[in-house]
Amino acid sequence: MANTAKFRIFRFDPEKDRDYRFQDYEVPLEPGMTVLNALFYIQDNLDQSLCFRVSCRAGICGSCAMHIGGKYRLACETQASIAKDSRVTIRPLAHLPIIRDLVVDMAPFWAHYKKIQPYLQPGTPDPERERSQTPAERSRLDILIDCILCASCHASCPMTASDEAYLGPAALVKANRFAVDSRDNALEQRLKIVGDEHGVFRCHTVFNCSLACPKEIDPAGSIGNLKRLATKHFLCKPEVR
Amino acid sequence: MIYHDVVVVGAGLAGLRAAIAVNQKNVNVAVLTKVHPVRSHSGAAQGGINAAMGNNPRGGFDSVEKHAFDTIKGADYLADQPAALKFTTAAPGVILELEHWGCPFSRMGDGRVAQRPFGGAGFPRTCYAADKTGHVILHTLYEQAVRYEHASERDNFKIYDEWMVTRLVIEEGKCRGVIAYHLATGKVEAIMAEAVIFATGGAGRVYLPTTNAVISTGLGLAIPYWAGVPMKDMEFVQFHPTTLFPTGILMTEGCRGEGGFLTNKDGERFLKNYSDSAKAMETAPRDIVARNMQREINEGRGVNGNFINLDIRHLGAEKIMERLPGIRDIAMNFVGVDPITTPIPVRPGQHYTMGGIDTDENGATCVEGFYAAGECACVSVHGANRLGGNSLLETLVFGKFAGEAAADYVLSKSALKKGDGALKQGLDEELAKFKRLTESKGTEKAGTIRDELGRLMAEKVGIFRKEEELKDAFKEVKNLQKRFENVSVSYSGMKFNQALVMALEVEGNLAMAEAIVYGAAVRKESRGSHFRTDFPKRDDENFLRHTVVTWDIAEKKMKPSWKPVILGLFEPKERKY
Repeated sequence: MANTAKFRIFRFDPEKDRDYRFQDYEVPLEPGMTVLNALFYIQDNLDQSLCFRVSCRAGICGSCAMHIGGKYRLACETQASIAKDSRVTIRPLAHLPIIRDLVVDMAPFWAHYKKIQPYLQPGTPDPERERSQTPAERSRLDILIDCILCASCHASCPMTASDEAYLGPAALVKANRFAVDSRDNALEQRLKIVGDEHGVFRCHTVFNCSLACPKEIDPAGSIGNLKRLATKHFLCKPEVR
Repeated sequence: MIYHDVVVVGAGLAGLRAAIAVNQKNVNVAVLTKVHPVRSHSGAAQGGINAAMGNNPRGGFDSVEKHAFDTIKGADYLADQPAALKFTTAAPGVILELEHWGCPFSRMGDGRVAQRPFGGAGFPRTCYAADKTGHVILHTLYEQAVRYEHASERDNFKIYDEWMVTRLVIEEGKCRGVIAYHLATGKVEAIMAEAVIFATGGAGRVYLPTTNAVISTGLGLAIPYWAGVPMKDMEFVQFHPTTLFPTGILMTEGCRGEGGFLTNKDGERFLKNYSDSAKAMETAPRDIVARNMQREINEGRGVNGNFINLDIRHLGAEKIMERLPGIRDIAMNFVGVDPITTPIPVRPGQHYTMGGIDTDENGATCVEGFYAAGECACVSVHGANRLGGNSLLETLVFGKFAGEAAADYVLSKSALKKGDGALKQGLDEELAKFKRLTESKGTEKAGTIRDELGRLMAEKVGIFRKEEELKDAFKEVKNLQKRFENVSVSYSGMKFNQALVMALEVEGNLAMAEAIVYGAAVRKESRGSHFRTDFPKRDDENFLRHTVVTWDIAEKKMKPSWKPVILGLFEPKERKY
C-alpha cells in the first residue's frame, strides 16, 4: 500500500503468553491522522484484541503516553505520518509492570505521587476570602501545574528502573509545585520526605525526564531546586527558603 | 460481596466533590471510575468557572442574583429558577473552597482571583487559570481526595480505578447497588450500596465530531435509563462555536472573552449582520454564535467553504502566551497553525449535554437512594442553553449537594444491606450479556455503528432541525439498534477488553440517541440550542416545560411525558444580546 502508516506494536498478556512479541500493522493514512487514531483504526478494523489507554485525545488527560519511534510521546499529539516511510515501533511505558499490550500497571507511580503529600498545607485556618497571591508569586507555579501525570518522565528515568522506591520525577515535580507555592507552609516536612535516600539525591541528573516531558516541564529543574532547598535545610537548618 | 454505604460512579469533578461531601459526614464512600480520576473529561475544560466575586474592576456591581438572571436568560427560560439561584448563590463559596484547597487560579494585581468576561454574562465573572482551568481544578480535587484518603480510617474513603460500572440495580423502587467490570483483572462484580451517586459526565460521543473525550459516551446516562430512571430535556445539545477544524478539539470561549474575532472568508466579523448577536458580537451566548457561524458556512461564506476563522492575532504574542498558552499548543500540535501569526480554523461542534438524569436541586431522583450530579444530571439550571463557565461550577455545587443528600439518606436509613438477590441476578444477567457479545457470530462491528450514528446525529439532529429529517433520524436510530443485536466482539479475553467496553458504550449511545431525537421531534418550537427551521419561534404557551422520557422495563420501550418549569423570579422575555 502506498499511502499507509506502518507500525510494529508490542503485544503481551503476562497471564497467557510465555513472552512478549511484536506485531505489524498497516493503516491507511488520512490527513491529520494521529497515532491514537491509527490505534483506533487497528482496534476497529484489524485486531480487536489490541488494548491501550485513551481518554481526551487532546493532550490534557495524560492517558496515552507510550514509546513511539524511539521517544516517549502522547499518541494523541503525534502525527501517524511519522510511520509513513519506515515502520515505527510502539512500546508501553517502561519501568512499570505490564497488564496487557500497551497498558501498564500505574499503581507504583501513583503510590509515589501519594507519598509526597500532594496537597496544599497552609498550616493556618482558612481565611474568609482567598489567600492572597501576587501574579509574580503565582507565576512560579506556571509550568509546574501543567503536569498531566502521563509518566513519560518516570519511564525514561534510569533510576526508577534500578530503585523501585525512588520517588521519581513526576512526584518530585509535584513536591516542588507545593514547595514554591507562596501559600504552602509545610516546606520542612516536604523536604524530609523528598530528602531521604529514595528522594531527590537518588537522581543522577541524567535529564532524560526533561527530554521526555510532552509538556516541557523540566522535572530535572524541579529536582535541582528541591536538592538545593534540602541541602540548605540539612546543613543550616534555620534559613530554609 | 463488596459493600459501601455510598458508591459514587465517576471521578471527574462532580464525582470527587460528591465523595468528599459524603466523607465529610463520616459516611463510608467508594468511587468507581472507568479511568483514573485525573484522566476524567473535567480536565479538558479550558475557559473558567463563574462566580459573582466582583474581583474584576468592571465587575464591582455583580451579584448572585445577576448571575442567576444571566443563567436563566441564557437557558432561554427553561431553567428551574429557584435551583438556578441556589446554584449561583453557592458559587463564590466554591471558588474560595477551591482556592483554600490550593487551586492555582490566575491572579489580579492585588492578589485576588482573576476574572474574565464570558459569553452571555453581564459582568466579567469567570475565574480561570490561563486556559487550563478544568485541568488545575481536577488535579486540585484529586489532591484533596488523596488527602481525605490518607486521613480516613478502615478504607472509609476508597477509589476504585478502572472499575467500569455497567448496570444499576434497583429493587422495589430502592437503589441496591451496581455491577462493575474491573478492567485490569477482568473480574465482574456486584457491589452493594445504600445509595449510589452517578457523576458519569455527558453523552457527547453520541455525536461526531464532538469536543468530548472518547470516554464521554451515552452509557453513563443509559445505565440509569435502562433501570427505569427518567431522563429530562435530552433534545438540548450544546454546539460549541469554536472547535478546531477538522478534529473537533475545543478552542475555549476564553479566546473570544479575551477579545478574539470570528471572521468569514471575506475577513468580515459577520456576527454584526445578525440581530441576535449584533450588539454582543463574539461574546453572545454559544447557541446564538454557533447558529450564526453555521449559517455563514451554509450560505457559502465559510473559509475554504467549511470553516470560520478564529482570529486572536491582534491580542499580541504576550497576551496569547499568558492567557491562552494551551490553545496555542493545541493549534500548533494538531493543525500546524500558530495563532500569533495565523487565524485558527474552527467550526461549531457538539460540546455539552444539557439534558440528563431528572434530579431535584439536591441531586435526588424518583428512585430512593439514587442520585446524580454534574453533566449527566439535569437539575435543570442550564435549561435550553448552558452559559460558558457554568459547567465546572455545576459539578462542584451539585456534586457537594448530592453527596450530602446521599449521606443524610444513609444516616436516616434503618434497614441496611438489603438486595442481595437482586444484585446476584443483575450480575448473572450482565455476565450473560458480555458472553453474548464475545461469543456472537454476528457480522456487525460496534465501531461501524458508532461512526454511522455519530454522523447521522450531526447531520439530522444538529444545529438546525426539521420534521422530515427528525423522522428519518428516528427510523435510522431504530435501524442501528436492530443492527446492534448482530454485533460481535472478536476478542473474548476479559482483561482490558477494550472492544467489549466500546460495544457496551455504543449500545448506550444508541439508547440516548433515541431519547434525543424523540425530544427534538416533539418540541415543535425553537428554544436555546434546539432550533427548528420549521418552527423558528419560541412558544412559551405550549413548550415552556421539560420533556421527560422513561424506559418502560416491562414493555421494553420509551414512554414520554412532560414536567412543568419552575419560574418565580424572572418573567420570560425575548432573548437578545
